[in-house]
Amino acid sequence: MRRILLWSLLLCALLFYVLPIYVMVANGLKSADTVSLSTMWKLPVTVGLGGFGEAWRMLSPNLLNSFAMVIPAAVISSIIGALNGYVFSKWRFRGSEVLFALLLFGFFIPYQAILLPLVRFLQWIGLYGTLPGLVLTHIVYGISVTTLLFRNFYVAIPRAIVEAATVDGAGMLQAFWRIMLPLSLPAFAVTLIFQFTNIWNDFLFGITVVPNPQAQPVTIALNNLSGSFSVDWNVVMAGAVLAALPTAMVYLGLGRLFVRGLIAGAVKA
Amino acid sequence: MIGRTLGPRKQGLLLLLPSLVLTGIFVYGFVGTSFFFSLTNWRTLAVDLSLREPLWQTYADMLRMPRFQADLRNTFVFTVLFIGFSIGLGLTLAILLDRAIRGRGFFRSVFLFPYALSFIVTGVVWRWIFNPETGINLFFEILGINRVLTTVGIGPLAPGWTTDPSVVLSVNQALAAVIPGGNTFQVEWGVPVALIPVAIAATWQLSGFVMAMYLGGLSGIGQAVRDAARIDGASEFRLYRSIIIPMLWPITIATAIILLHVSLKIFDLVFAMSGVGPGFATDVPAIFVFEMMFKAARYNLGAAASMVMLVLSCLIIVPYLIRLVRKGE
Repeated sequence: MRRILLWSLLLCALLFYVLPIYVMVANGLKSADTVSLSTMWKLPVTVGLGGFGEAWRMLSPNLLNSFAMVIPAAVISSIIGALNGYVFSKWRFRGSEVLFALLLFGFFIPYQAILLPLVRFLQWIGLYGTLPGLVLTHIVYGISVTTLLFRNFYVAIPRAIVEAATVDGAGMLQAFWRIMLPLSLPAFAVTLIFQFTNIWNDFLFGITVVPNPQAQPVTIALNNLSGSFSVDWNVVMAGAVLAALPTAMVYLGLGRLFVRGLIAGAVKA
Repeated sequence: MIGRTLGPRKQGLLLLLPSLVLTGIFVYGFVGTSFFFSLTNWRTLAVDLSLREPLWQTYADMLRMPRFQADLRNTFVFTVLFIGFSIGLGLTLAILLDRAIRGRGFFRSVFLFPYALSFIVTGVVWRWIFNPETGINLFFEILGINRVLTTVGIGPLAPGWTTDPSVVLSVNQALAAVIPGGNTFQVEWGVPVALIPVAIAATWQLSGFVMAMYLGGLSGIGQAVRDAARIDGASEFRLYRSIIIPMLWPITIATAIILLHVSLKIFDLVFAMSGVGPGFATDVPAIFVFEMMFKAARYNLGAAASMVMLVLSCLIIVPYLIRLVRKGE
């Protein structure tokens, strides 16, 4: 009796979580003349990749933009975060905790509160409307969370290891390079995944920093696609699948690291 | 070389310097600039940075706007619905999966999956699921619910979801009785029906995260606690209700703070799913700021609204950061 209750609850929940995915995939696979909102719950009669082809044609430049944005932004913000986390965990000095808190503040603010000066600033330095401008934005506002993730990771590494290196005459940076960096691979994996997901899924910076549709990341292009009445519905749903695919693949492939970043970023602070 | 000439504090500061400078400009400098903009006369495309007379007039204007009042109401209602749904569902799922059953890992992965997606993807899909002409409403036809309801004389069930402009459970009269001048509210204080589907979509996306948080907490509660309770004759229900859920309280607080932080800033999901909604029923401060700054060129007004968002967020963040500093020192 209890088992029946347990399983029926779990299956209901499963239905709730899978339904939107089903709508995306099933309708994306329908052809333009068979897709219709009134049959949105039905399985495709004939499976075709026409919708995906069309969505790819419309979104591939933006998918490439997203990759061109997310890769440098995630990598550079992680490297800066590693250095900061190293100092904040292994070289604490008077006032360093306050500096850390001041830095961390940037992760929590609503970005609306910096948007207007940010846009003016990027216009001033000539990066407004460009991918490099967007990359710079994501790096700067990513520093706080990458610092947090690395600091939490480094706290668990004994200080003695670093001290031993510095006694041997290595400077702070050399000790980082020789001792900490080789130990940091798991932290880099977690942080890179965290940043990849965050930056790929961003919408606010993309839509405000890059007004030119050709240069926009895929989340903005998908939203435009979905609001356009001239685009067939199977293309919109196929487009949603394409935009979701990179982060979904990361999640499915590296799920354990994904969850670790999630929890580390959330509670251990 | 530097390593041997400077003390550790100086070296540390040197390494931190780029980040500190960037944060100083992009976070603190820009927040200060936004605040300054909110006090100026800059409300057209032509930049006008003269201070407004009286100084706080833009804020006063904004708080009197029916739309902004609706935004504040919506933020509040959305927060309550979204956090309530997400914690309720996430906790339930964690408890269901807190046992050795077949497919445990599978269920966990599926429930957490939406968290990896963008709010835009979620919004684009749920927008059609809550489309009044089709979507969920088709099920009422397919399952024969409408046929039954029509035969008993109630008529078919066809909620308008995000297109429904009505506000239920209005408390305006109660507010007018308690707060002096409470009868001057421009909006109905209640639950905008159109916000419910948005809260459901947000729950779909984040309840898996809540479940992951609780599963982490549950794995820390040892078998000894469970065994002791069972020996005392506690039922499974009592075990969770009286022992385990209270033990999970710190996780509930941490999770609620994170969700609160999401809901105060919510933008993309609403933008993609329902927009401002009928009569601003699903409008939120983040959309207000965006439209004032990038569509209406009312820069001072947009900046003022963003300051309200910032203050609301600070109410949660600042105590958290202060505790962090204290704990570290």
